[in-house]
Amino acid sequence: MEHKNYTKHFIFLSVLLVVFFFVNISLGSVSIPFKDLLNTLSGGIATKESWQTIVLDFRLPKAITAILVGSGLSICGLLMQTLFRNPLAGPFVLGISSGASLGVAILILGSSVFGGFLLTNSVSNWSLPIAASLGAFLVLSAVIIAAHKVRNTMSILIIGLMFGSLTSAVISVLAYFSEATQIQQYLFWSFGSLGNLSWNELSIFGLIYGLGVLGTLSLIKPLNSFLLGENYAKSLGINVKKNRNIILLITSILTGVITAFSGPIAFVGLAVPHIARLLFTSSNHKILLPAVALIGAMVLLICDSIAQLPTSEFTLPINAITSLFGAPVVIWLLVRKKRIFV
Amino acid sequence: MESLKKNIILKTEQLSIGYQQKKDTQIVISDINLEIEKGKFIAVLGKNGIGKSTLLRTLSKVQKAISGGIFYQQKNLKEITEKELSTKLSLVLTERLPESQLTVYELVALGRQPYTNWIDKLSKKDIEKIDFAIHQTEINHLKNKRFYELSDGQLQRVLIARALAQDTEIIILDEPTAHLDLHHTIKIFSLLKKLVSETQKTIIISSHQVNLSIQLADEILLLKENNYHLGTPKELTKTNAFENLFSKDLVYFNNDLQQFIIKDI
Repeated sequence: MEHKNYTKHFIFLSVLLVVFFFVNISLGSVSIPFKDLLNTLSGGIATKESWQTIVLDFRLPKAITAILVGSGLSICGLLMQTLFRNPLAGPFVLGISSGASLGVAILILGSSVFGGFLLTNSVSNWSLPIAASLGAFLVLSAVIIAAHKVRNTMSILIIGLMFGSLTSAVISVLAYFSEATQIQQYLFWSFGSLGNLSWNELSIFGLIYGLGVLGTLSLIKPLNSFLLGENYAKSLGINVKKNRNIILLITSILTGVITAFSGPIAFVGLAVPHIARLLFTSSNHKILLPAVALIGAMVLLICDSIAQLPTSEFTLPINAITSLFGAPVVIWLLVRKKRIFV
Repeated sequence: MESLKKNIILKTEQLSIGYQQKKDTQIVISDINLEIEKGKFIAVLGKNGIGKSTLLRTLSKVQKAISGGIFYQQKNLKEITEKELSTKLSLVLTERLPESQLTVYELVALGRQPYTNWIDKLSKKDIEKIDFAIHQTEINHLKNKRFYELSDGQLQRVLIARALAQDTEIIILDEPTAHLDLHHTIKIFSLLKKLVSETQKTIIISSHQVNLSIQLADEILLLKENNYHLGTPKELTKTNAFENLFSKDLVYFNNDLQQFIIKDI
């Protein structure tokens, strides 16, 4: 498609992303001189050995996690909004994140309810993402089946919200029968955290994320045809059913794995695609996909920098910060008189 | 029907159309045998609810036929994949486009999707076809506008341009003049007429514009309760086919004027 040249936009965003990446890494409870930071990152030796450990084993994986989580959730939000042709769709609103939470809750809390056979103390690297993805997929499929019957997009959103409440109800019941330590474990997970990942876990996360994003690239063409509605897409030779299923599969895997490793993070997936559309004034997914990925990564790096409350030793739950940031954006979108787009 | 027609591009055999829901089958029209030639402008006429849209939707594989066959150049529609059909047939539908920020050019360019690669890269030929479609429909001045900024008449021309860019031998339009005033309705009709004569495409529309269709269409397909007539406007007037198109207490067809006249109320 012929379009304006967005190269400048992309260069500007990329530079900003790098800046915020370094801002994010240089902030924390221990202050590390920027020179030592660069030294460590470039494979050199810092003045203190502890600084090196802090940067390489804590701050760097956390910043990378922030980038993966932010861009991944934003891509999911974009996919959902185009698929449902609804500007308020997103992994959180449609109950997909709640589904992932349910998967994790069953894994962590269920072990005391259903006995030890599920998983006892140690939750292995793979079980958490698998449980979360399964939960996400389950709720998303239920929403889709319902969507086939009602077709009205408003009803679909309400159904998504209902599934969200249903899953939280199930989680409450599970929590009621669980032991305090497990409830605590689940509660901390649900606050959201970007910092708990070892390099080992990060590589699993990165691998699944990479596969998901690769799959998304193959969707650019069908996504653009979906902008005309399903019947036109079909008449353009697009296999609507197949592509819809691929979109759902990718969204549930990405949301599942992100939620598994970082907890349910609200609003990023909903708000970032709108910011991208405002900045780029385009609906073309060739432009929007890289745009939401860049902006999403940046937004989460910023939120995380705020969450660590620089120079203090406290860290706020990341989920609280994204909501504080995201909710006003969504309200502003709805109140604003201009039209909102898919 | 004796077949004197040459170069038949679309044919139906004992086609029955309607809706099927689990056990309940509702047939709208049955045993339709049509032969449609290349390079013809065909108007499908009939009163509301008679099955115009159902027929067009069935012909374009949006919905299933109850029974019988549809053939595009002798190939059964059932055996034509969506991908293949997208290079034979393009559509202009009545449904509203979802809200988006697509520009007119982008919208027309989407018509090239059956030919573009996986990332929608436009080749030189694609750009030529898009420019041709934009030129033919005279929407060059709208190219960089967003489609939501357009009037109904302009949007309809853009949608026709999109179908034209798809470069198919047949274009089917479902009530392309539904929301338009007389001026824009005539503009659309004459545009379609021009496209047929200049590009040798077959254009099939459904419409309520009886008078305009009689004047401008090459052939008219009249749909009535349980039967249908296909012929040139002259043939249909001669056989008094228009006579009972609408219930007779309000209007009658005047053969000399070739139009419906309102009875004295």
